Amino acid sequence: MTPADWEVIRLSLKVALVAVATVLPVAFALAYLLARGRFPGRILLDAIVHLPLVLPPVVTGWLLLIAFGRTGPIGGWLDRWLGITLMFRWTGAAVAAGVMALPLMVRAIRLSIEAVDRRLEGAARTLGAGPVRTFLTITLPLSLSGVLAGLVLGFARSIGEFGATISFVSNIPGQTRTLPIAIYTALQVPGEEGQVVRLALVSVALSLGALVLSELLVRRQGARAHVL
Amino acid sequence: MSFDVNITRRLGEAEIALAFRAEGGLTALFGPSGSGKTSTLNMIAGLLRPERGHIIVDGEMLFGEDVDLPAERRRAGYVFQDGRLFPHLRVRANLLYGRRGAGWIGFDDVVALLGLGALLDRWPRTLSGGEKQRVAIGRALLSNPRFLLMDEPLASLDGARADEIMGMIERVRDELKLPILYVSHNRAEVDRLATQIVPVRR
Repeated sequence: MTPADWEVIRLSLKVALVAVATVLPVAFALAYLLARGRFPGRILLDAIVHLPLVLPPVVTGWLLLIAFGRTGPIGGWLDRWLGITLMFRWTGAAVAAGVMALPLMVRAIRLSIEAVDRRLEGAARTLGAGPVRTFLTITLPLSLSGVLAGLVLGFARSIGEFGATISFVSNIPGQTRTLPIAIYTALQVPGEEGQVVRLALVSVALSLGALVLSELLVRRQGARAHVL
Repeated sequence: MSFDVNITRRLGEAEIALAFRAEGGLTALFGPSGSGKTSTLNMIAGLLRPERGHIIVDGEMLFGEDVDLPAERRRAGYVFQDGRLFPHLRVRANLLYGRRGAGWIGFDDVVALLGLGALLDRWPRTLSGGEKQRVAIGRALLSNPRFLLMDEPLASLDGARADEIMGMIERVRDELKLPILYVSHNRAEVDRLATQIVPVRR
């Protein structure tokens, strides 16, 4: 491992963790809404949430560029009011990774919310628990395995993010050159096969580690659900 | 203690319409399956909304014109047919889930009454049908209820287990003097337990 390798790994972990942690509350809210809500436009919302899953990642990245660019509707607002710019920054890479991870996280969490026996929530109500306590003590813990699964899937997806990231925030060493982009870059340069091998092995180890960790977490929770 | 119930609700093809008054003791809603007995209990508990009518317990309107008290404020101890214990909580945490204030019955009293001492650290999925129902009754008692709703609590039990639970229900009825609305389609059960019978027709 060279210092350059470590920089890439550190950056990738930072981008993926920030992306997943930021997206998790959004993903849970969307999953809950889609699992339980009955409102007009639900099918459309469902489709929009899943769009990054089927759209070519390059297109997603380009759409992010339009929205978050300095003159874009969201990017312009961020720049003007908060002085934040995402362009060519690791934060932009985290936004791209988060958007790509969102549909997988929503799916996993939604399935587990749908699997919660609503009659248990009714039982909690008769025992004096209001809607909030019922949610916190029954719905949330019973859907926890899906939340963990969503975290792991989202993390793995974020680590692997390539297309949307490179078309949104380009390939800047130390800012947006995450693992897959670094591997791609090394592949273009003769004599850099060593770095390719090292980073590829790290990718395998990270993905495996995430899956094993999630399986252990789910088991410790005592549930019989599985992530895989 | 008195119940004054008069409710109507359409559920799919069937219309549930039931009116009765009951005093303390154990009132059995007795009738064939599919006659809306469980839906009636759900409406009294606040889990299902009647279209019309009123539910008055001890002079307090739980449901009526402009009144629809949420389930968590009705103080109905509901024992479901399937127990409905929380699978992610041990027996002790299940029993204490609805604990409100001091209540009129202590934890140790309920554990002794229902013989739950050996079960407290077990997970619900490791309990037998009879054990589950005893925990479910204990959980309902500990929520400091004004009355109990029991929906065929013996349905999934064999003869000996059912007999044991019936003994415990009798003790709740006679020693704790807690009014009970009891749903069943089993004549022998009703004859043994009920102090009053409300026939429910399809």
